Amino acid sequence: MREWWKSGSPWIWLNGGAVTISMIMVFGLLLLILVRGFGNFWPHAILETTYTHPDADTPVRVIGELRRSETLTAQSMRDAGVDIPGDQLLIERHLIKMGNRDVTNQDFGYFIDGFMDDWRYPEDIGVLERREWGDFMGYPLRLLEEGSTVAVGDELWPEFQRRLERSNNLYDEIRGIERGAIGRINFAIERVRLDERKAELRGALTDERRAELEQRREELQAEYRVLEEQLNRLYEAAARDGIVMRVADGQEVTIRLADIVKAWQPNNMSVLEKIGFYAKDFFDFIFGYPREANTEGGIFPAIFGTVVMVLVMSIIVTPFGILAAIYLREYARQGPILKTVRISVYNLAGVPSIVFGVFGLGFFVYFLGGAIDRTFYPEALPAPTFGTPGLFWASLTLALLTLPVVIVSTEEGLARIPSTIREGSLALGATKGETLWKVVVPLATPAMMTGLILAIARAAGEVAPLMLVGVVKLAPTLPVDGNFPFIHLERKIMHLGFHIYDVGFQSPHAEAAEQLVYATALILVLLIVVLNLTAITIRNHLREKYRAESD
Amino acid sequence: MSATTPEDGLPYESPLPTSERRQKLRRKRAFRDGFSRYGVGSSGIGVIIALALIFVYLFYEAFPLLKPVNVAMETEFSVPWDTDQTSTLHLTLDRYEKIGAHFSGTGVITFFEAGSGAVRSRVPVPVPEGERVTAFGSGESRDRLYVYGFSDGSMLPLEVEYTQSFVRGVRQIEPELGFPLGEEPISLGDRGIADYSALTVVDGRGGYIVAGGTEAGEITMALFTTRTNLMTGAVEKQRRDFRLPDLGHPVRQILVNDSLRNLFVVDDRGRLFNFDIVDRNNPFLIEEVDLTGPDARVTAAELLVGSRSLIVGGSDGSVRQWFLVRDEETGEPRMTPIRSFRRHAGAVTVIEPEYLRKGFMTGDAEGNVGLHYATSHATLAMQQVTESAIVRIAMGPNNGRALVTGEASDEMRVLTIDNPHPQTSISALWGPVWYEGRGEPAFVWQSSSADDAFEAKYSLIPLSVGTLKAAVFAMLLAMPLAIMGAIYTAYFMAPAIRRVVKPSIELMEALPTVILGFLAGIWLAPYIENNLPILLTGLIAFPLFILVAAFLWSRLPHSVRELVPGGWEAALLIPVVIATGWLVVATSPLIEVWFFDGSMRQWFTDVGIPYDQRNALIVGMAMGFAVIPTIFSIAEDAVFNVPRHLTNGSLALGATPWQTMMGVVLLTASPGIFSAIMIGFGRAVGETMIVLMASGNSPVVNFNLFEGMRTLAANVAVELPETAVGSTHFRVLFLSALVLLVFTFVLNTAAEIVRQRLRKRYASL
Repeated sequence: MREWWKSGSPWIWLNGGAVTISMIMVFGLLLLILVRGFGNFWPHAILETTYTHPDADTPVRVIGELRRSETLTAQSMRDAGVDIPGDQLLIERHLIKMGNRDVTNQDFGYFIDGFMDDWRYPEDIGVLERREWGDFMGYPLRLLEEGSTVAVGDELWPEFQRRLERSNNLYDEIRGIERGAIGRINFAIERVRLDERKAELRGALTDERRAELEQRREELQAEYRVLEEQLNRLYEAAARDGIVMRVADGQEVTIRLADIVKAWQPNNMSVLEKIGFYAKDFFDFIFGYPREANTEGGIFPAIFGTVVMVLVMSIIVTPFGILAAIYLREYARQGPILKTVRISVYNLAGVPSIVFGVFGLGFFVYFLGGAIDRTFYPEALPAPTFGTPGLFWASLTLALLTLPVVIVSTEEGLARIPSTIREGSLALGATKGETLWKVVVPLATPAMMTGLILAIARAAGEVAPLMLVGVVKLAPTLPVDGNFPFIHLERKIMHLGFHIYDVGFQSPHAEAAEQLVYATALILVLLIVVLNLTAITIRNHLREKYRAESD
Repeated sequence: MSATTPEDGLPYESPLPTSERRQKLRRKRAFRDGFSRYGVGSSGIGVIIALALIFVYLFYEAFPLLKPVNVAMETEFSVPWDTDQTSTLHLTLDRYEKIGAHFSGTGVITFFEAGSGAVRSRVPVPVPEGERVTAFGSGESRDRLYVYGFSDGSMLPLEVEYTQSFVRGVRQIEPELGFPLGEEPISLGDRGIADYSALTVVDGRGGYIVAGGTEAGEITMALFTTRTNLMTGAVEKQRRDFRLPDLGHPVRQILVNDSLRNLFVVDDRGRLFNFDIVDRNNPFLIEEVDLTGPDARVTAAELLVGSRSLIVGGSDGSVRQWFLVRDEETGEPRMTPIRSFRRHAGAVTVIEPEYLRKGFMTGDAEGNVGLHYATSHATLAMQQVTESAIVRIAMGPNNGRALVTGEASDEMRVLTIDNPHPQTSISALWGPVWYEGRGEPAFVWQSSSADDAFEAKYSLIPLSVGTLKAAVFAMLLAMPLAIMGAIYTAYFMAPAIRRVVKPSIELMEALPTVILGFLAGIWLAPYIENNLPILLTGLIAFPLFILVAAFLWSRLPHSVRELVPGGWEAALLIPVVIATGWLVVATSPLIEVWFFDGSMRQWFTDVGIPYDQRNALIVGMAMGFAVIPTIFSIAEDAVFNVPRHLTNGSLALGATPWQTMMGVVLLTASPGIFSAIMIGFGRAVGETMIVLMASGNSPVVNFNLFEGMRTLAANVAVELPETAVGSTHFRVLFLSALVLLVFTFVLNTAAEIVRQRLRKRYASL
């Protein structure tokens, strides 16, 4: 034993243990996000049971979906004021999602094991995902049309699904008009107002100009009235059907089909059906719009905002980062000053991102943006156009933040190109510029790609600076749409990372939103892992390639 | 072009382009070369300048905080008052600091242009027939409320209003008088006390108070309440009169705070009497305080805005701040001297508080004017303005202009003041400050509140302590794991696993911190709260079981051990670590039952340790997780790059691998490991999202593991979007960003230099 101790081998094992713990933490974390994120879309079984709370006499009926179970000491429950029998040491409690937030005011509840009856899984329990108030769980009783029953019993559910499809089609049509045509008209009316103000500021608001603008406005409003009428008709049609459901305590609740997004009977689905449902749910999540203060629905605007912002950032950061790296490596005179500059530039990668955000807000938004507004958009003042956080400033700030990443990576790539190649080109009579652009840079392109991908991965995950320079919890419009000039650089955007922060920590229904946040986190992680793996692969590939060439 | 040869008899034709074209081509190439050189050069330098701009701009925004105050004489003029022989009762400026108002002892208010002295209008105060003005008093400067006392013992409260209108886009301001308690003079009390020596009027919480004191030491006051009937909209006025105990000494000044809880009286000996008037029917004397000591008299006393602090000027030129501090033994608030400001050369004659901040101006008998700020304990300026004694000072509401009159009464001096950020001296930002109403000096960060008279508190200490606290706890977790892991991975691990381990840990570096923060706040924090014992047991169980497993492995027969080559220890430990983890979690409730009366959370409360769900421990774990890859990756490089011949030499001399590790490898690589720690620390200091989501964000000053904190970075993220551009708060936030930038930059640069030296040393070995 002593000899074993003296050999130092226990220390080696301990160090090895540190690696093991780190790796298990890393993969455990990824696993947690994967399981919880992907689990979000699965149609979980709905249980039904009766529960007698230790402090209550009458049992209550519970219908819901088991979220998780945990073991606690009985004493901690007693401290919390629950009357647990004295001899019990540990208790297990279940968090059950019961939905029906509008009926019971309590959509989640903890239930202590041992005070519950057996769990049953009745096949006809239906779950309705609604546009407001979260999910609804209960037994379907009757299907209504204009208030009179049209289906009960076995034919209820299929008929209900058919009518639900109809009402969803109507809803899509309504949203299409609201988002598309009406959005366009509002944009145009605002344009007219700005044109009028612009003419007024220039002193060019003549009577005929005024009349012309007035006419444009009239036309738009006439167009709007037509659409409004059309919308009213659609709303009326959508309000036709309803379904009567019985909730856990026996109460009957009528729900309009127009308020339902989708409906399913999880206990009555085969595995294959569940997989199909899962895929559709996942699709809806990626391509849907958020509802209910972001706690339900999809995350499409956040994904779109993240992608557009990162794209704009790449367009800015790539040329500047590469040119700066080429300058540092190829043209600048190597010496102590350059060394200082290089270290400083590299070190900027380690500067907290929030500092870049502060700079972006102060310099870009208030200083540059304010100047742009005064010069180019005086008609919109005092409402700021560029003098407020927005897409362009967010991209510019992130470009600044990721410049060191691109510079470091490009420089590394340039340094790795064997000097023989360079000398060969020069010996053949090429100028320095030609050697650079026709020989060296093409060879270093993969390194630049690596730098760019790393920059994108960093930018996609960065949240703190964006909170200052352009990200909001709910952007009414996407930064790219059909209205001229199509890409609206001044608009505020939604962002995956900020979405996680906002929904997870600022939302009124934190518990209900938890699953959605896990799913959002999963999407973000997948995005970043894929980007990084690509960068790492390219880099490794390059290393091998140049090692072979320089030998 | 076909090639021709001389044998064909044809003239030689070169395949090269003509010399003219070659010339052209050469020029073109030279131009392109130059274009590339200067184009790349200028954009490269441009990028570097853009990055340097970050420093410059943050400094530019933070600099005004520390800029010295500038007080300059703008102009000097004389204004003809209503009569030659008159005294100055009061002076004020309107909210745009354009119109001055002079209240004369004859009962006339003269409004004049503050820039030139041109008289705009004279408004007479309605003095009753045949009477004179004998006394005058004023409320807080922002209320513009005054009271005149007349020779028949009656008095008239009035206010000055400035109505503004726009004529063709140009602002016109017209001053006029208002009478909040009616145009008829009122008299206090039932007895006709006539010789008031001090008057005051206050528009406080719950109504107006008008109070007067006499040469004989009698004090009377009246409370006027107005109530608007919700149904009829009629305004109901009520008046109640009160009598306070006699002082027996001539009253020089009466002050009432706007909570209408205390009435302060200063007598001719410089003693302060503090009356409690909460119970209006039974006012009583709380205490009697000597404000200046036996050698001096009180020559001026005034409440600061919010009427919590009393500034007292003495005949010896002293300027002191007093306010009510709760007595530790009795719990009664007592007037306490807080701080004194730079002494004036002569007796202090005037104190003029600022409208919205805790600053004030003082004037003395020698003609000096001082500008002070109470909270930051600073005398910002002190200069001679006239030769004669200062009679009145009027401070503009925007603190940009002041009027000063000296003894020669129609002489008016106008000062321009540039004093945007007096709250933030170095000592106020980094030292303890005694704020109004607190028992002792403290470090407080509190940048906003609903209260009107509230003063923002900008101490950077709570934020800096919070930043260090978070970073230190993160490093406590990350350092051992990352460095031990790096040593093992670089030196002992089999290359096959190393190729998997290194990129996976480096991949973690790219994981967005918002995800770590979210998991820490939503999942880890409640989990740890419910399973506190795993912290204890985990700390013991993991090393212990790893050692036990290692020992058991060494006892296994040789044939079994042969199956696994060296360098696979980490892989062998996977089941051990997972099993230990499971054991730790499973036993957690049992340990609670056995050792902590069933609930460790409750036990903490019983023992007196405050516990927040989102605390420094959670932040430390999440942020430790975030910095592990940073430290690991750099430290691993440093260890891995130790030249092989050094280790081989050591091994050849008979040292065990571990001895070689400790004696040779670690010694050589230690600068690299050190620089890894510095870079990790820099990252922990600047991390924002994790702290924001997992810490509770309360700016407390302590190192309790189970309480939250607020860091510089998180504070900036929370508060900057909501602050007004250019305000003190805005600039303080820029200053904290600058502090972060400089701190991490210096740390990273030091680490980089260490690494470069190390690389050189490896090359030379």
